[in-house]
Amino acid sequence: MERTKSPVATRTYSRKIKEAVHLLFFKRHQLPGARGYELKAELGPEFPEVLEALDSFLKDLDLKVTRVFDEPELEYVEPTREQLGDARYYITLRGTMEPKTAKTSGWRIDDIAGLAVSVAYLISKQGRTPRTDVEKLLSEKLPGWRVDLNVDRYVREGYLGEDDKGNLFLDWRSRAEIDQKQLVALILGFGQQSQPMP
Amino acid sequence: MSRQQEKLREQVLSVIELCQKAKDSGLDPFAVDADYVLSVIQEFYPKVRSLKDFCLDAEALKELSAIIEKQGNWIEKQSSSLYKDPFLLERRLKDSQTDRLAEMFLRSWHPIAALEQISIGSLRGSMDYWKDLLPLDVRWSKKGPEAVQTGRATLEDAFKLGLLSQQDFATELDSLWTDLKNRAGDSDRLLYWNFVGAETYEETVWRAFVTGFLVSYGYAYLEVDRLQEETYVIPYKEQMKIEGIASTMSVPILVDYEEWKKWSEQKAQ
Repeated sequence: MERTKSPVATRTYSRKIKEAVHLLFFKRHQLPGARGYELKAELGPEFPEVLEALDSFLKDLDLKVTRVFDEPELEYVEPTREQLGDARYYITLRGTMEPKTAKTSGWRIDDIAGLAVSVAYLISKQGRTPRTDVEKLLSEKLPGWRVDLNVDRYVREGYLGEDDKGNLFLDWRSRAEIDQKQLVALILGFGQQSQPMP
Repeated sequence: MSRQQEKLREQVLSVIELCQKAKDSGLDPFAVDADYVLSVIQEFYPKVRSLKDFCLDAEALKELSAIIEKQGNWIEKQSSSLYKDPFLLERRLKDSQTDRLAEMFLRSWHPIAALEQISIGSLRGSMDYWKDLLPLDVRWSKKGPEAVQTGRATLEDAFKLGLLSQQDFATELDSLWTDLKNRAGDSDRLLYWNFVGAETYEETVWRAFVTGFLVSYGYAYLEVDRLQEETYVIPYKEQMKIEGIASTMSVPILVDYEEWKKWSEQKAQ
């Protein structure tokens, strides 16, 4: 939610912003964040405006309100109020994480690379492909015994989903946390340009 | 129905199945050759004579339409800004170093900020659970033997429960020994299964059980032909003392239902 800071909005919604913080920062269900209709029930019908104001507050903390639709194509159109109610909202990091911070958060460098490969490959396959294909690609860089473990971990953590036909797909966490367009652009741009980490 | 028509029908059924598989699995819809599917339908349609075939033709058309719709969506997606050539992307993934890939991922990754918490509801539920939870020494206490009401069973009850046989066991043993001697005749031996095998499985088990005692008590002995994998029962003319027999060994023989059935079928032939 990239919005300009609106002082009037932040003043008007100060109480509701606090409520939104409680709803979005603290995990209340199996998944973090909250659905639009839950926010509407607590914050009222103007919940998108409250989230907009919260997003402005979070900017200084390098955080943002992220909105994810179940239907990815809605990301590219102006959603209706009803569609906003079905969307899921999360608080995510606005910027990116330093490699040293990522390492201390329990992810090894090759776990992260394996996730990058899996996600990028799935994007190239329009979001769904047989698990064996992903494992074959990963086994080119990872030892065989780790491939299965890693894919299981990506599934467990919510980045990848697996259907009963043995196909992998991008799950809720990939849609919430990964800027897919940016990732693909970076991978394709690799070799053409080499930028340092911000 | 002619053979050619039957073949065409099978082809239509297989293209329906192919379309459904591609549709349900969510894989590349271009894996289905729409031209081929259409050619099968075109060939089949003029030969449609029954309502059943007509419905089959309509179903094939419906499935093909669904695939073409998916192909349309696929092209639409490819033309969108996110679409990148899968081959090129795969090539780049293979060429990239692990640490470089991780770095690229971190530049596209915005992890969720969320905290686990205990709600008032779950806190209340936990307190209730704790209150009702029995102490460990109660839950882990071992139950000793309990006194139960005892009674007397009659002889008829024991027969009904199968604990005692109405026939005296010694008589049973003797009658089976006589039977063995008669059936062995001049050859002095009988194949084990031909001796214990009976009309019913239950009776076979009983005969095998008593035969065990015939051998243990010295009325007969078993001879195992390892080469032919056959076991024979050979009766003694008179009961032998086990101590007098040079060496004894146990011979396990499986008398299960499958074996009995096999023997029974062979006997019938």
